[in-house]
Amino acid sequence: MSPELSWLDLALAGALVLVAAAIARWQRIGLARGFLWGGVRAAVQLVAVGYVLTYVFATSRWYLVLAVLLLMLAAATKTVTDRQRGNRGTIALIAGSSMLLGAGLTLAYVNEIVLRVSPWYAPRFLIPLFGMIVGNAMNGAALAAERLESEMDSRRAEVEAYLALGATPAQASAEPVRRALTAALIPAVNGLMIVGLVSLPGMMTGQILAGASPLTAVRYQIVVAFMLAGAVAVTSVAVVLWYRRSFFNDREQLVARVPV
Amino acid sequence: MSGDARSTPLFSLRDVSQERGGRAVLQQVSLEIPGAQIVALIGPSGAGKSSLIRLLDRLDDPTDGEVLFRGEPITAQPVRALRRRVGFVFQSPTMFPGSVADNLRASSRLGDAARVPKDAELRDILDWVELDESYLPRAAQGLSGGEQQRVSIARALVSGPEVLLLDEPTSALDPEVAERFMRTIARLSGEHGLSIVMVTHRLAEARAWSQTTVMLEGGRVVESGATAALFAGAREERTREFVRSAQ
Repeated sequence: MSPELSWLDLALAGALVLVAAAIARWQRIGLARGFLWGGVRAAVQLVAVGYVLTYVFATSRWYLVLAVLLLMLAAATKTVTDRQRGNRGTIALIAGSSMLLGAGLTLAYVNEIVLRVSPWYAPRFLIPLFGMIVGNAMNGAALAAERLESEMDSRRAEVEAYLALGATPAQASAEPVRRALTAALIPAVNGLMIVGLVSLPGMMTGQILAGASPLTAVRYQIVVAFMLAGAVAVTSVAVVLWYRRSFFNDREQLVARVPV
Repeated sequence: MSGDARSTPLFSLRDVSQERGGRAVLQQVSLEIPGAQIVALIGPSGAGKSSLIRLLDRLDDPTDGEVLFRGEPITAQPVRALRRRVGFVFQSPTMFPGSVADNLRASSRLGDAARVPKDAELRDILDWVELDESYLPRAAQGLSGGEQQRVSIARALVSGPEVLLLDEPTSALDPEVAERFMRTIARLSGEHGLSIVMVTHRLAEARAWSQTTVMLEGGRVVESGATAALFAGAREERTREFVRSAQ
């Protein structure tokens, strides 16, 4: 088993952040304060989460578990929304619902059919699994929305030329949609290709550090890798197909450059 | 269709106003645009020429007022059906990826039409825009500006439109290429009976090729009438001044 970490051990690890801050200061890149503040935040956030999870694990109530999952989804939605230029309400609705669909379906499948967790709301499974799924779905959603915005902007003339020929909005925006989806899914494909070779995933590393056999850890990691691919694909396609609609009005005309 | 088909204007605008970004680009424009000829829209930059021509293909809708197409509200038919009857050629041609033949076929696969034209049909359409069949396999994006503009017309012709709207089609072409291009447009109008409405900033072009000229300024129609009469002596001082300034 791995050694218990004391607060002193954590303080010693904190020296590494000080090194990063010192480098930032030395090279005058203006990130020194960011490192220090970020280091404090990371520690405080994780400790707080640790207490919350301890409570949720100990009480093991389905509604508390669902509340934690929804909170994670809300945080992911806000992160995606903050990165886009378009109307915040529209993007929040689209990204939130798409992640709920993609991440929710994937979690339900893995939880009920692959792992057959009992009880179904067992927090030690549901919460970390959903964390990984939503994190990846979030990146997919953000990439998909961002790329669709820029493609619809740079290909505006092409899209309008299609419309003028009598194309449906779906036909006119087929190329921007294809490109946005490709951009969103390439990281998922790469993730499958390099897993275990270039990177040992965090969850597997954690399990091994905590004393699990690498072979057990690997099986879980395979499930996770497949699950992430599925979640990213479902989320991204939902975002792209739904967000595309907001670039057109009901008269099949292009609306303002970035939907507002 | 209401009234005698020959006397019904191609397009009628009734008190049409258009706002873009809070700015009025067209102000209560009432205008009749005749068919079966070339109609030129002229006027200084910002006059509203492009805004007006976009309404005729419903690429935009007016904020106020009504547009009629052959006597019926332009909104009476599905927007895609209208766009297949009314072709639009933009100022700078946008070629789709692939060959010229791909570009022409792309247009036939759009909307609800799933008709793939035969090569012979494509050759005929290319002939209309005076390109020979050797163009069919060529990469569309590698063509010159003038050739691309011809391909964009051919692409619009695939759906068999009655009207061709041209938004400054020669502005990116050098004068000699522009002249040849306009000859083709005149032939489309004269020999094939297509109605043409074009925006142009080249007054000589309007004068040489159009039968009717509409002068716009500040989002309003200054005057419209037979091209020969308008250039020989316009009713409005502003038109006379504008026409003189370009000579």
